[in-house]
Amino acid sequence: MDEQTAVPFIDVTREVDLAARFPEAVIVDVRKEYEGYIVNRDRLIEVATAIRDELGYDYLSSVTGVDYLPDGVMEVVYHVYKMTGGPGLVFKTQTPRDEAVVPSLVPVYPGADLQEREAWDLLGIRFEGHPDLRRILMWEGFAGYPLRKDWQEAYFEEEGKPFKNRWPDGQVYRIEDKNPYENNVQYPADFIPEEYEPENDALLYDSLKRSIRGRDPELETDVVMVNMGPQHPSTHGVFRIAVALEGEKIVALKPVMGYLHRNHEKIGERNTFLQNMPYTDRLDYLSSLSNNFGYALAVEKLMNVRPPERAEYLRVIMAELTRISNHIFAIGTFLNDLGAYFTPALYAIKERELILDIFEATTGSRMMCNYFRFGGVTRDLPEGIAEKIHRLVYDRLPQKVDELDLYLTNNEIVRSRTEGVGVLTAEQAIAYSAAGPVLRASGVPYDIRRADPYSIYDRFEFDVAVRYHGDTYDRYLIRIDEMRQSLRILQQAIKDLPEGSIQEGKPQYQVRVPAGEAYGRVEGPKGELGYYVISNGKPNPWRYHVRAPSFINLTGYETMCVGNKVADVVAILGSIDIVLGETDR
Amino acid sequence: MNEMKRENIESTKYDIPPELQGQVEITTIDKIYNWGRRSSIWPLMFGLACCAIEMICTAASRYDFARFGMEVMRPSPRQADLMIVAGTVTKKMIPTIVRLYNQMPEPKYVVAMGACASGGGPFKEGYNVVSGVDRYVPVDVYIAGCPPTPQALIHGLITLQRKIDAQSIKKVRWYRKEPIEAVPIPVLGPDVVDPHQYAIIHEQAKKLHEEAVNQAAETAPAETA
Ligand code: SF4
Repeated sequence: MDEQTAVPFIDVTREVDLAARFPEAVIVDVRKEYEGYIVNRDRLIEVATAIRDELGYDYLSSVTGVDYLPDGVMEVVYHVYKMTGGPGLVFKTQTPRDEAVVPSLVPVYPGADLQEREAWDLLGIRFEGHPDLRRILMWEGFAGYPLRKDWQEAYFEEEGKPFKNRWPDGQVYRIEDKNPYENNVQYPADFIPEEYEPENDALLYDSLKRSIRGRDPELETDVVMVNMGPQHPSTHGVFRIAVALEGEKIVALKPVMGYLHRNHEKIGERNTFLQNMPYTDRLDYLSSLSNNFGYALAVEKLMNVRPPERAEYLRVIMAELTRISNHIFAIGTFLNDLGAYFTPALYAIKERELILDIFEATTGSRMMCNYFRFGGVTRDLPEGIAEKIHRLVYDRLPQKVDELDLYLTNNEIVRSRTEGVGVLTAEQAIAYSAAGPVLRASGVPYDIRRADPYSIYDRFEFDVAVRYHGDTYDRYLIRIDEMRQSLRILQQAIKDLPEGSIQEGKPQYQVRVPAGEAYGRVEGPKGELGYYVISNGKPNPWRYHVRAPSFINLTGYETMCVGNKVADVVAILGSIDIVLGETDR
Repeated sequence: MNEMKRENIESTKYDIPPELQGQVEITTIDKIYNWGRRSSIWPLMFGLACCAIEMICTAASRYDFARFGMEVMRPSPRQADLMIVAGTVTKKMIPTIVRLYNQMPEPKYVVAMGACASGGGPFKEGYNVVSGVDRYVPVDVYIAGCPPTPQALIHGLITLQRKIDAQSIKKVRWYRKEPIEAVPIPVLGPDVVDPHQYAIIHEQAKKLHEEAVNQAAETAPAETA
């Protein structure tokens, strides 16, 4: 995003018909309940550049592949948005299944980097011109591309749930009893274990070496490669970082993930629509209720239902409480990463526990709430909980946020460790598809609740928190700001909470979802959380993809780190606030 | 705690001469040894997934497992006695987990926290998920739940303490003559490979070959006909 963006004059408000603009290269997607355009893959880069520069869709939200097995094509789907707000644009490109090659859009939208790698890893779509096309969630050498529709896992039983009969002849069986290894494994017929040589990260180190930049020509030092993780207390789980160092200075960095890849999407495509709801809880397990929100929105779009008023309010209340509990925890662990060992985290967890109490009382679980249903929510607030929320958001939490602010914000160590460290400029943040607090701390006031409102967010008065330095300190401050704004929303929501039903129609276990595609996105605590769901009218989604902010925010991680000291790796990672369940899915 | 009371420690039948009473305690080696170990279990600071968040909450002030002498979480396996496997064990991660287990000094214990670590949990059918950590390392206590609440985790840890109480210094594996074999580290091949399973893999490959040959033989005449 450098000189190219400086096109003379762009009228970004003008609607342009892409098919008319590129008559040979673009056609309108006319499949029923589909939207957007299908771009000829040979001219993809040209069209994408025009979409970015002429139409002003400067933010690539999500890239994913879809395997249309019956038609023998692979489709790559791009969702782009304008940073000035408003609805998005979808464009797709198709490629034959057995020779799946598509030009890489990394030169146009650098934010496609990790997402294209994921599509390569899981669907086997090769992105020509991608600077670093390696597997990302699985390891090099893993047999097959698991998200392809004809690929079957070792514990395969049936294409879709509910399974027919788990008790043949009155005997329950476990799936491992049917596997020859009595384990969740399968090997190709020609596999000889003694002769197998694992790849041992050669590709990773190659790529690390290639991306070394900013070396000091005066200094005669060796570049040292350091690995951190996957078992390291400050990676917030099982995340690995490979860094190249010159002295203490970072000259290259590669995140390595997949250690918690739980095959969310493959399982999700075998599940029924409703069965996926509890799985979304386990994506970003610190904010399960916002995860429910996005998925419910996507499927509701397909089903064309809207929840009743009270349910909308309950959703907003729960989502905003989640945001506070997430941010307060994030600040606690971030301080941990800075070396303020555990004391701030204990203060943070104390407040989080109070919010968890509300979740437990309402939904039945502290963390895995499984609260949203298509067209409603599962339970109403039990007695006394509304008052409890009232007290919390009017009295206790505002005070506690101020307290955190008072203790931490001007702490000398915090400031000197974070100010000016890990800078991401506004242009970079947009280009790398950063989302949520990371984007807004870089000076881009983009918040989906305002820019493209969903649910009933257009009724509340709140400000979009924004900070302008893009450094680690601002990414800390913005979370404090956001908690205050969430409290404002909560105060209004709990005051206006209407009476009424909480579910449109009857609650159903098996919902009928008409065929079509939908993309539902919410402003989760970590950033834009999107669900891309395709239904073909069957009980299971044909495609179920999660646009995970924790994952995509890592695209700019190397840029933030290079030039800083090795100790800052941890601080910067803490300020991005990733959760591995969502990063790896 | 009950066990720390003097009458519990002084449970042997020896008479202590009056002049030494209050200054000398007599107990069995097992009792005092186990009492020491069970009251200062240091867990490895090691979280895999969602369950780890509940583990952190258990360590925090509301539930506070420091009450059981377990607050010293060590990031290095060399200093840890207990591995709380808190979360989904994936194939990509299992070599690291086994390596960590091997690096822990004896006596060491493993607690499988939650459905995932115990048996694969909700993600069991996933292609990258291990059906329970006990496929690779021995587990002492399983805790049910998804995630187990902090109370459940504490209950599991108390269960582990009971297990320690019942151990006898004469029988424990780390005082035997013969060395303790390290757990072989799984290899990441086309799928994760357990070094114990080489023989089955060969057998299975042979079977697949035979099937392929049979199938070829079956279809071949049909083609010529
Ligand atoms: S048992 Fe449940 S909470 Fe624990 S790691 Fe597995 S999915 Fe997460």
